[in-house]
Amino acid sequence: MFSRGIRNILLTPFLIWAGLFIFIPLIFIVWYGVTDYDGSFSLKHMGLIFEHGFWDAFELSISLAIISTLICLLMAYPLCLILTERQRDNTTIISLLFILPLWMNSLLSTMAWQTILEGNGIINQLMRLLGMPALQMINTPGAIVLGMVYNYLPYMVLPLYIALTKIDRRILEAARDLGANYWQTFTKIILPLSIPGAISGITMVFIPALTTFVISALLGGGKLLLIGNIIEQEFTFQYDWHVGCALSVILMIFIVLNMLLTTYFEKSHEEEDFK
Amino acid sequence: MKKFLMLLLVGCLALGIAGCGSGGGDKKEKVVYVYSWGDYLDPETLKIFEKETGIHVILDEYDTNESMYPRVAEGAVHYDVICPSDYMIQKLISNDLIQPLDFTKLPDAKKYIGEEFFKQAESFDPENKYSVPYCWGTVGIIYDKTKVTDPVDSWNILWNEKYAGQILMQDSARDALMIPLKLMGRSLNETDENYLQQAKAMLVKQKPLVQAYVVDEVKDKLINSEAAMGVVFSGEALIILEENPNMAFAIPKEGTNFWIDGWVITKDAQNVDNAHKFIDFMCRPDIAVMNFDYLGYSTPNIGVKDLEENETYKNSPIAFPSPEVYSGQETYKYLGNKMDEYYNKLWMEVKVDK
Repeated sequence: MFSRGIRNILLTPFLIWAGLFIFIPLIFIVWYGVTDYDGSFSLKHMGLIFEHGFWDAFELSISLAIISTLICLLMAYPLCLILTERQRDNTTIISLLFILPLWMNSLLSTMAWQTILEGNGIINQLMRLLGMPALQMINTPGAIVLGMVYNYLPYMVLPLYIALTKIDRRILEAARDLGANYWQTFTKIILPLSIPGAISGITMVFIPALTTFVISALLGGGKLLLIGNIIEQEFTFQYDWHVGCALSVILMIFIVLNMLLTTYFEKSHEEEDFK
Repeated sequence: MKKFLMLLLVGCLALGIAGCGSGGGDKKEKVVYVYSWGDYLDPETLKIFEKETGIHVILDEYDTNESMYPRVAEGAVHYDVICPSDYMIQKLISNDLIQPLDFTKLPDAKKYIGEEFFKQAESFDPENKYSVPYCWGTVGIIYDKTKVTDPVDSWNILWNEKYAGQILMQDSARDALMIPLKLMGRSLNETDENYLQQAKAMLVKQKPLVQAYVVDEVKDKLINSEAAMGVVFSGEALIILEENPNMAFAIPKEGTNFWIDGWVITKDAQNVDNAHKFIDFMCRPDIAVMNFDYLGYSTPNIGVKDLEENETYKNSPIAFPSPEVYSGQETYKYLGNKMDEYYNKLWMEVKVDK
């Protein structure tokens, strides 16, 4: 569409941006992660992941991130399916309702959950009113998962919804004409064609859930540390950039692995389709 | 390298300050850069200071000693006056980042800051050369009288299983480890790793009983009766007691931390004279009483009690404790970088423990 020269000019602002604010900081992080305080090469800070219980925090982060991603997927998929099958004009309102949480500051909405879940919070006051025993909800892994699902669900809904609406209606009609029942249409057509949307949804939920420290700090009461909290503490409290960066690099490795895995999955799926 | 990054990160802040400074007109004489705890001054006092002296105050705030330190150490922004806590003052002294004060320029500090507070400050500022105490306090247990039936006179109650899920602890390495150390009869400046490991083990044992590790949220949680008891600073206790009459405050018999925050002047301060004027101004009783009313933290200023008009504050044993409450109590010292790190790692291990 554009000639090479114009393309280069148009690309320059982004390249400068990416270089200054993505590439250079990334180099700094990796550089700090693999050096010692005197600047010599050392992997000892990376090795710290196995000490001080950091690995436990890492495991907890991964498991909570997986759980909340699955919950998001299970909640978003039926919703998106119903939305695509309904009349288009109604769906905007419904999907807007799902995107609405994004308009609010996520810190604020997480703090709202704090007051809802607390020992004297809204839910427990209601329980007491009904003569039921109070529940311990805040400062538990469940509360953190709830916070993650609440904050990240829109990131699952959007790509899934787009993937499902992109499916050509005529294919579905053809399937029905050829005698496929709903279940067959779903497993043979809708599900495979929605996989790319599901995969980008999974990535968009899993990565922020894995790296968050705000949600766990607010809903975990400082008793449940995720890897994000440890990195944050290393930077702000310990003022140890080397350890903080080393842990960040390990986290990044995991994220890249996750992305490689999903793209591999996506590719092998596409190949299957062509067979 | 670190410096470069620091500059980049704090760059916006620095630009903001520079902008303010040049707006003030003939800036050389008329500015003082103050770096203090968040909400640690009555803003009215700054207006009075500017009116009286014509010196424009540029105030920046921090929320922990630890987040303040790198900004001052890296020198990305040149502050004149800062207000760190005891052990942090010692760290600044030992790293040559603050300068001795000229007490001939601080007549009110000499006149109105209580002798005993300068004496206590010797534990971190041995010759009282570098700092003027501004606020002080202790750490104790605040508890809900309707929920806690046992007498609260020992840190032991924080390990009582009857109150499982009803206990709030401070989320900071020194303040958390201080409690088991005191229970063992050790100093809160302990450096023996054996005792520190024991202290950590006690905190790990306590963890299932703890509702949350908190910082500033402690006030809201206790005002709303979210917990039966919590470890708080005396100034916070005063505010909680005012809002929630079911509460009571006790200082455990094993001893506690006697903390002092003080004014210091940085090594590379550009406005040393103005900085002295500012510190001395803060020591004037009529100004100190305004700050005291605003903050609720105990003041080392002996002129304040006579000027205080709020009777509850004036008669509060928490705001103006009798000397036996705080005499003989220890103040945090800077234990060196290595020990700092050790404390922080132990605390991290407690928090990560399942």
